[in-house]
Amino acid sequence: MHWFANPARFMRIAEKLLPWVAGAALLSIAIGLYQGLLASPADYQQGETVRIMYVHVPSAWMAMFCYMTLAVASASFLIWKHPLADVAAQAAAPIGAGFTAMALITGALWGQPMWGTWWVWDARLTSVLILFFLYLGYIALVNAFDEPERGARAGAILALVGVVNVPIIKFSVDWWNTLHQPASLTRLDAPAIDPAMLSPLLLMALGFQLYFVVVLIIRMRAILTARRIRALHMVEPGE
Amino acid sequence: MKGFAAIIRRELKLAMRQGSDAAIALIFFVVVVALFPLGVGPEPGVLERISGGVVWIGALLAAMLSLDRLFQADHEDGGLDLLVMAPWPLEVLVLAKCLAHWLVTGLPIMLISPLLGLLLHMNTEAYFTLLAAMALGTPVLSLIGAVGAALVLGARRAGVLVSLLVLPLTVPVLIFGVSAVEAAAIGQGAGPHLMLLGALLLAAIPLCPWAAAAALRQAVT
Amino acid sequence: MDQAGSSIFRGDAVSCVRGARRVFAGLDFALRAGDALVLIGPNGSGKSSLLRLMAGLSAPASGTILWGGVDIAADRQGHGARAHYVGHATGVKPALSAAEDLGFWSAFRLHGNPRAESRALEDFGLTDRAGFPVRFLSSGQKRRLALARLLAAPAPLWLLDEPTVGLDREGQAALESAIAAHRESGGIVVLASHVDVALGGSADELNLADYRAALVDSAGDIWSEFGA
Repeated sequence: MHWFANPARFMRIAEKLLPWVAGAALLSIAIGLYQGLLASPADYQQGETVRIMYVHVPSAWMAMFCYMTLAVASASFLIWKHPLADVAAQAAAPIGAGFTAMALITGALWGQPMWGTWWVWDARLTSVLILFFLYLGYIALVNAFDEPERGARAGAILALVGVVNVPIIKFSVDWWNTLHQPASLTRLDAPAIDPAMLSPLLLMALGFQLYFVVVLIIRMRAILTARRIRALHMVEPGE
Repeated sequence: MKGFAAIIRRELKLAMRQGSDAAIALIFFVVVVALFPLGVGPEPGVLERISGGVVWIGALLAAMLSLDRLFQADHEDGGLDLLVMAPWPLEVLVLAKCLAHWLVTGLPIMLISPLLGLLLHMNTEAYFTLLAAMALGTPVLSLIGAVGAALVLGARRAGVLVSLLVLPLTVPVLIFGVSAVEAAAIGQGAGPHLMLLGALLLAAIPLCPWAAAAALRQAVT
Repeated sequence: MDQAGSSIFRGDAVSCVRGARRVFAGLDFALRAGDALVLIGPNGSGKSSLLRLMAGLSAPASGTILWGGVDIAADRQGHGARAHYVGHATGVKPALSAAEDLGFWSAFRLHGNPRAESRALEDFGLTDRAGFPVRFLSSGQKRRLALARLLAAPAPLWLLDEPTVGLDREGQAALESAIAAHRESGGIVVLASHVDVALGGSADELNLADYRAALVDSAGDIWSEFGA
């Protein structure tokens, strides 16, 4: 891990890797979308609308994955004081928020043909919504301080508090859901995982992962550059 | 413990002499609850159906109001530096602050909640459960709130920010609290719901002061 | 500064980072019982930062601060018990009376000795104000109340950041005699002050400007480290 710790070295390696990872992401998403939207079978119950699952489900996975990344980076920052950890955390947060928003929007789009409403308070969508609030809170906190270092430290603690809460929140939302709705419906899922459906799903998940890495690297570079500019501003004339 | 008692005594004295803080939260609670009949109409059936949720949401929002005073005053007048240098564990100090905060805001909220349930035609069978659920839930709100309050010290718009941070984390308290009241209202046992609230409280008592203490140390660095 | 072997309170190669810049680095100090250290240096050279490092409020970017050979970061509570930090802000509560405020801090530091408290108030000339709410005290009187803590709840290490701000001559005299008595009983005083304060004996000086010169990143260094 410490080999990556030097910002200059990180930038150089990241710069070299970036085009390859970006290409792989593009390829994966393209093939996944082709298979999902065109080549795979429609569901006999839900018809063509099941195809939105190929975007919704990987988005929801990424929403959780990004939060885990946020938590791990925050722990790395607080416990081992890894120099790039807080940069990674702050870079990952908006990407995670974006995936969460996409999961919510595609969830709504999927629900509309099924139940005729644009939003339904099923357990998973509700949990994802609360996760969205957690992301927004993190981003707001990190940006609320005049001193960026203070924001990074506070955000790291908040991310860890959040990650401990996420299973508790999920449990309570599932509890709430079973209390208020009969067991009949409300699973925004593919009814059965047919192998032909699995392949595009996994390809989309892989593509999203690679996309995450690409955007993470770009954002980390941006954050490091901003820090350097700030350091340059602090250098007094004549030094 | 001498230091623990000293903190509680001081916080209570300050709350009594600067009384408006606690009173504002309580009045806000009443106002929020009173808005619901104005918003959804006065039909007893409708109000009774939502009474559990409304009372709990009002309590949540009122608890949020008083949070930024938990550490803010000490942060502003330089006392926080001295508090962090306590010769006894900072986590215990946070617990003392939370207890004092609960005595000043959470306890009055809990005591007034059946009265507000009355305004919303809550089934009287649920009142005892409401008190029990509030007794378990409002301390959790103070504890989670302490973490939020410690994190936003020195931030811009700290008052609103702390609500944005803390409210999503209090969703489990809201869910279990309301389900306890509603179970009691329809005559089912509220036991499992109250036990879940109790579990949250037992988990919050060690964990929240630990996180809040870490946040306080960062605030003075 | 004396041999490291006989010093109680020591700093080795301490460096401090505030925001994005290094404030000082490679700073050493060694103090024995009864010593006093005066911090001097221009604004922004890190006097307050060093006092806060010594108090254990922040951690040094590198180097260690030791009391009795033990890193103060390893025993926060112990260090909190043995150090008094008086900073720019007084930490007094407007709604409490002077006596109540002092009593709180004394109990907070696990002393709670009413006789010591009233003697402390007397030494700093606050006896006739003891029952007044703090909001009716002048800023100089609030400063005296903050300093009275030093006497009400004894501790071996005193870290004072501009303690004379707002004090009149009597207040300053009270502080000086308190410092002298403290040193005589083996206490250590570290002081940052623009005003001359009599320290009851000889005192060492630490000029923070000495630890600053070669350590700031030049623009060229920053870009080369970035590897752009």
